[in-house]
Amino acid sequence: MSALKLAVPSKGRLQEQTFLWFAARGITLERTGSGREYAGQVLGIDNVELVLLSAGEIPRELAAGRIHMGVTGQDLVVEKIPAWEMQVAQIAEMGFGHADLILAVPSFWADVDTIDDLDAAAAAFRKTHGMRLRIATKYHNIVREYLRREGVADYQLVDSQGATEGTIKNLTAEAVADITSTGDTLRANHLKILNSPPILASQATLFASKTASWPPTAKAARTELITRIGADND
Amino acid sequence: MQASARAYLEGGRTGAGLAALRAEVGRLMAGFAENGAVAVEPAALLPADILIDLYGEDLRARAYTTHDPILGEQMLRPDFTVPVAQMHLESGAAKGRYAYAGSVWRRQEPGSARPVEYLQCGFEAFGDTNTAQADAEVFALLAEALRGAPVAPIVGDMGIILAGIAALETTAPRKAALMRHLWRPERFKRLLERYAAPTPQNKSRGALLTAVKTNTLEALLGTHGPTIGLRSVAEIQKRAEVLLEDANTPPIPATQVALLERALGIKAPMGEAIKALRKIAIEMPALTLATDMIEARAEAISTFGIDGFQLPFEASYGRTTLEYYDGFVFGFAAEGRTDLPQIAQGGRYGALTRAMGRETPAVGGIIRPEALLALGGDT
Repeated sequence: MSALKLAVPSKGRLQEQTFLWFAARGITLERTGSGREYAGQVLGIDNVELVLLSAGEIPRELAAGRIHMGVTGQDLVVEKIPAWEMQVAQIAEMGFGHADLILAVPSFWADVDTIDDLDAAAAAFRKTHGMRLRIATKYHNIVREYLRREGVADYQLVDSQGATEGTIKNLTAEAVADITSTGDTLRANHLKILNSPPILASQATLFASKTASWPPTAKAARTELITRIGADND
Repeated sequence: MQASARAYLEGGRTGAGLAALRAEVGRLMAGFAENGAVAVEPAALLPADILIDLYGEDLRARAYTTHDPILGEQMLRPDFTVPVAQMHLESGAAKGRYAYAGSVWRRQEPGSARPVEYLQCGFEAFGDTNTAQADAEVFALLAEALRGAPVAPIVGDMGIILAGIAALETTAPRKAALMRHLWRPERFKRLLERYAAPTPQNKSRGALLTAVKTNTLEALLGTHGPTIGLRSVAEIQKRAEVLLEDANTPPIPATQVALLERALGIKAPMGEAIKALRKIAIEMPALTLATDMIEARAEAISTFGIDGFQLPFEASYGRTTLEYYDGFVFGFAAEGRTDLPQIAQGGRYGALTRAMGRETPAVGGIIRPEALLALGGDT
């Protein structure tokens, strides 16, 4: 049996919305066993095996070719897979899980509205404090590449895997680069988003691995799946 | 890649291939020693904080980092310049000449065919106060080491852009901002264009400037949100004052921007380039000293049996290679071999020693021995 391995987020709202999205296209994904067991099945289409994985691990598994297809955020794919377009194909944007990767600074910084302002403030900050202005993020690769492209200097990235908005108040960073959907958490922490398009506009997306081996049964299942969801097969 | 392969050389890690490479490195090191260099061997694993502080966060995308629970973040040596300069500055000596050979490690873009580990063999001279002479000596030393190899030299001088910025009719903060982005040509161009046009002002900026003028900045900041983080109200006040000054600064005259861009666009044999610069210097006299330096260097190079006035000169060469080059810059390209990197390169980097705490005249260059052997020729 060489079924197509389809990975979806192992829990939470992202999983619910993924199940609904497939159900609307006549494909039933469901969990099996007890509620806490990470097992599931696919009904309504042959030779597709459901794999439940943390959304953060799905990019790595796709790139390694251990799963054929997977649902995860574009932000995670771009951050975690170098030259991601060479390793995975984007099959369908799913219209939920919207999140923008943005840069934010304290709201009271009335002199900083744009990325150019941030660059100038970083120069002055380094002179005053003898260290580079710290930007807390977990999206190191995307943010570093963005700031290089924008020609920003005198900053450093510091790692923050959670509660990133709190780092400024805790004096471990001066600015943050993080995912936001409504901006509520930012506002609650007295932060404002810089006046520029987001670094990355992300949503939940169905990806296919370019590195996995695709035996005929898996390939056929992929063709069928793609026809059912009305996407292009490339 | 086979286990015996190395950068640009099949079989360079074993038997005859390795012997040939070692002989080549030995020949280069002997040449440097004859010119008064002391051999040094910096550590391969360097503290990351010093390198990041000097080169910026971008370095993380280009160097390999590793973590030690006691020593903290470490980097595999991405070049020799910093550790060799450190050795010299720590020695306390006014003058010093050093030679080294060893691997450097660089991360490459996915899909790139460039090697992640390759050898550099280099020479650095510190403390020589006769700039033109020291520049010429290093250039001639590397040219001599490459004699017989099919390479094409190219030279430039960051002194032109430095003098050009100093000459602009504008404020010190604007000049400082341009200087800061010297090594980011696109950003530099954007800044220069912005400074050459009247300063635009949106509503938010207008309110900020009014608040500075009327001494009500603190009240304004209060309406934006509570004071959080390390950056203080005083720092915002200071920058707002700079912005106010900037808003009242007239644009840099278009004629000056045009002159600077004309000077930076020069590509010609050094003799022709000097003539072109002299012409521009009639309207921008600040370029005269920088041009005198280029001429003195061309003359000094000529005393080494190389016609300094015939060397291909590009005024913008060196602006993207490495931060901190701030004077003479040069390279030797492998003719017709796009698969090989520059065989040798170097330049003057006083700005680096300044950032390291003791400004010292510093000039040097490196050769890539593996690429040189791969190129063949009769060295």
